[in-house]
Amino acid sequence: MTARRAAILGGNRIPFARANGPYAHASNQDMLTATLDGLVARFGLQGERLGEVAAGAVLKHSKDFNLTREAVLGSRLSPRTPAYDVQQACGTGLQTAILVANKIALGQVDSGIAAGVDTVSDAPIAVNEGLRRVLLDANRAKGLAGRLKALAGIRPSQLVPAAPSNSEPRTGLSMGEHQAITTAEWGITREAQDELAVASHRNLAAAYESGFLDDLVTPFLKLSRDQNLRPDATIERLAKLAPVFGTRGPNPTMTAGNSTPLSDGASAVLLASDEWAAEHNLPVLAHFVDAETAGVDYVHGDRKADGLLMAPVYAVPRLLERNKLTLQDFDFYEIHEAFASTVLATLAAWEDDAFCRQRLGLQAPLGAIDRAKLNVTGSSLAAGHPFAATGGRIVANLAKLLHEKGSGRGLISICAAGGQGVVAILEF
Amino acid sequence: MADRYLSLINSPLGENLASWLKLPRPAALRRYGLGDPLLPGPLLLGGLGGGAASAPGAKGLRDLLVNAGVGVVEATAAGATWEPSTAWADADTDAKWSALVFDATAATSVADLALLRDFLAGGLRRLGASGRVVVLGRAPDGADPVQDATRQALDGIVRSLAKELRNGATANLVLLDTTEAGLAVVESAMRFLLSGRSAYVDGQVIRLGGAAVAAPADWSNPLQGKVAVVTGAARGIGASIATVLARDGAQVVAADLPMAGESLARVANRIGGTSLQLDISAADAPERMIHYANSRFGGVDIVIHNAGITRDKLLANMKPAQWDSVLAVNLETQLRINAALLQPGGLRSGGRVVCLASTSGIAGNRGQTNYAASKAGVIGMVRSFAQSFAERGATINAVAPGFIETEMTSAMPFATRETARRLNSLQQGGLPVDVAEAVCWLSWSASGGMNGQVLRVCGQNLVGA
Repeated sequence: MTARRAAILGGNRIPFARANGPYAHASNQDMLTATLDGLVARFGLQGERLGEVAAGAVLKHSKDFNLTREAVLGSRLSPRTPAYDVQQACGTGLQTAILVANKIALGQVDSGIAAGVDTVSDAPIAVNEGLRRVLLDANRAKGLAGRLKALAGIRPSQLVPAAPSNSEPRTGLSMGEHQAITTAEWGITREAQDELAVASHRNLAAAYESGFLDDLVTPFLKLSRDQNLRPDATIERLAKLAPVFGTRGPNPTMTAGNSTPLSDGASAVLLASDEWAAEHNLPVLAHFVDAETAGVDYVHGDRKADGLLMAPVYAVPRLLERNKLTLQDFDFYEIHEAFASTVLATLAAWEDDAFCRQRLGLQAPLGAIDRAKLNVTGSSLAAGHPFAATGGRIVANLAKLLHEKGSGRGLISICAAGGQGVVAILEF
Repeated sequence: MADRYLSLINSPLGENLASWLKLPRPAALRRYGLGDPLLPGPLLLGGLGGGAASAPGAKGLRDLLVNAGVGVVEATAAGATWEPSTAWADADTDAKWSALVFDATAATSVADLALLRDFLAGGLRRLGASGRVVVLGRAPDGADPVQDATRQALDGIVRSLAKELRNGATANLVLLDTTEAGLAVVESAMRFLLSGRSAYVDGQVIRLGGAAVAAPADWSNPLQGKVAVVTGAARGIGASIATVLARDGAQVVAADLPMAGESLARVANRIGGTSLQLDISAADAPERMIHYANSRFGGVDIVIHNAGITRDKLLANMKPAQWDSVLAVNLETQLRINAALLQPGGLRSGGRVVCLASTSGIAGNRGQTNYAASKAGVIGMVRSFAQSFAERGATINAVAPGFIETEMTSAMPFATRETARRLNSLQQGGLPVDVAEAVCWLSWSASGGMNGQVLRVCGQNLVGA
């Protein structure tokens, strides 16, 4: 069997909203369905049976076990389009694209949608773990007396629900606190972080102004641009913000301005074979080349080299090696801005001689990248970061950049909870 | 807001009230639904011997109507009355006429007009609900004062009759411009005026030139294979135009501002079209629109300039920005896009452009100097572009809506709205679909006889006649 290249035909997302903002009462299913319908409208896919739709959410209600399929059934796609859910923390969106692209490459499907959605506002709240056990015991008990006896085991403290949190189960530290360790270990300065944040806002604002996002975004619930976007962001203004992570350390640098806010939103990408694209008269924006996923031992590993969000640092050299490329062989770099310092620590690690030799097993450092090619239309610091929706935002964005350039190659790097990282290469 | 008066007056109680209090009695209009016949009942056809529509073989117009599925009853003059053919009289003496059609193209003297009067006087007594009166004439051409006076007189007859008709009936005049303008151009006009598509077109004069036109393979699917772009398609009249174009078979590109994308996507999905989020006032908008249509659908056949804005203020109080934005969006974008459509790789041969004007642009409106400037400008633009479009087998026309029931008019103060609604011969506001039907008709290949014209969809509004 020979593999063919999967084509990226375009994407759609709804503007990303800040938590408890305009989408406070929208569910994951609402947002994903609206995003799919926007994609259907853009590409005239009404009633079309696609090979598959793969999507997922990081924060998901247990009742949403078939979230993607339910969204497809509620959309204008053919109900004969199959769907499944994927979950890999913030890597979800990119991982769905990898799955669909691989099936297209193998000829198992000719077309598909990769998508992701997340809401922090409509997050699941679970029953306290102790209460849950008591209730299950009561359910199993025989007779009224047995049930009452089991229920008598309820303690007031168990009535407090288990709220969702973004802390790591194995360390109890939030993602921000983990990143604060990495930031300090790699000596990433406050100024460098604020500079990156300002660039993100300015680049995204310019992209909106130029009409670049006209065929990437469809408004939702009266929001037509990302709510977090501050076109007038300045270093001076960001410098005034107080640090929020790593504040127990000597020199905290991470603020609400150089960290992504909790967000709600959804994104989707249309992928297909070149033949399917031609049959449907849809221009190909770019092709999916290859992808790699890595994990780091952030629980027991080195404080500096094994940071929670450092996995892409390990995934990229493996991907470069397999594709016989250097880090400088790219026209665009899309490095997800979970925190400004995540991007900066990633770049610092690739430039670090000792790290590259010892930890990546390379003869020489991967080296620096041309920063003018980094996140040229903004990234998560400006747009916001609804966990599973970020991958789709980036894939469609990069595909369009490559299409406008008419040539070239782009690198995507997305860090994820659990010490994971998903990276991919797109080509015109 | 729905016209509650219209619903009330058409209820049993309302009918009594209206008759007792001598209130205006707007009728529920006959509107077109896919698959409807042209007319619900028979059509009475009369004419002056030797008219363009009856030649050759004296059966031209009759055959055209019969082929369109109309039950045609020919009438012949007998003294001061016109007698329906005996075959008809025997069959059903109580039936109402759905339409009266008179071919006056051969009218040359004032005396000929009396024959038309006699025909109409007889037929009107039995004209049914939402009936149609269509008079076919020739445009004055300066050749003979008596003949031109006679031809112009038709205008006065039809416009006045339209004001006399009740119960949803309309009267319109079709004028053939040149001697070459024959039945081919008339067919599309007849199919529009007789059907429910023209429900709110009343007291109008439609001038047809002698363009070569092709009839569609299927008159119920007249836009099959055509690619149409509609601007401002996210809501209101634009959404209705997109819907009607799709119903008539076109592949529709629904365009609107990126901000309106959510409802735009809904419109596109409902009609099986595609959404194009585009700020048409952007410098590169014409290029982006044409490139989109060419790359996705291989070209563009129909462009509907519907997008428009209002920024009402008395002239003395109007800010430069309010003036500029209205003229930029409503007029300058249309000028730029039309110029681009005439370039190679633009509008395909045989293309159609329809621009939304307004009765404000014809009659003027207090507080709308900017809007009226833009809409009158559109009318001037259409007339000026007509020749260039004709050279590539294309046409460009304008549609000027009167009072239409939209979100915009529902925001008017109650008394103003109620007055505006009733100031027309049909005594009611039109619906967005009425405008859409007119726009869609002008987009048909068979409507090539219309070029550089303004069609009012206003129920014969007193304003802007």
